[in-house]
Amino acid sequence: MFRVTNQPIDLSELVRYVTDPEAGAIVTFIGTTRNNNEGRKVIALDYEAYPEMAEKELARIGADANNQWPLCRIAIVHRLGPVQIGEASVMIAVSSAHRHAAFAASRFAIEEIKKTVPIWKKEVFEGGEVWIGTQTGQPLPDR
Amino acid sequence: MKVRIKFFAILRERAGASEVSKEITDGSTVADLWRQLQRDYPKLDVPGIRLLYAVNQNYVDLDHKLSDNDEVVFVPPVSGG
Repeated sequence: MFRVTNQPIDLSELVRYVTDPEAGAIVTFIGTTRNNNEGRKVIALDYEAYPEMAEKELARIGADANNQWPLCRIAIVHRLGPVQIGEASVMIAVSSAHRHAAFAASRFAIEEIKKTVPIWKKEVFEGGEVWIGTQTGQPLPDR
Repeated sequence: MKVRIKFFAILRERAGASEVSKEITDGSTVADLWRQLQRDYPKLDVPGIRLLYAVNQNYVDLDHKLSDNDEVVFVPPVSGG
């Protein structure tokens, strides 16, 4: 399962998807929106994607993980649009016969997501907004 | 020949458009197209930005030769997760 979605992500759906009679471990990772970043008070994050390619890249990460570790199944879902503080922006679930592979593959997946998947977050903070990764912060209009 | 360009994130804001199409000469590369787009949309020149290049949803190099009806995306630094 490799998907981007505008809806809140449902962890139980990912866990159901990776549940497998051959598995002895399921590892899940949830990336959440933090209320501060580099000294800024964060109000929300707003995610945008090149959706067709993002899902293709997520699938590529899943295939790479499968080649490196003996996995049963892997699911990665990334949320798009505004994500409020404390909400999940990304969830990963990995099942494997043994825990080591499941932990390693979930770690690999989140690190890869941050490198190659065409998804961008705009941080809306008190006093402005900025595309993370692009150093061009703009003051917000008064509101 | 004609190619379609999609803009995302900071480049979408800078271009003021999500998608445009452009007539280019046969044999043009991704680099050629990027130079022409910067003339059309001067604000696309974001100082210090490091871009990746995707054609038909696959990453390519700057010297990749474009074909008619390609979908080209100039990928700003990604920041998912």
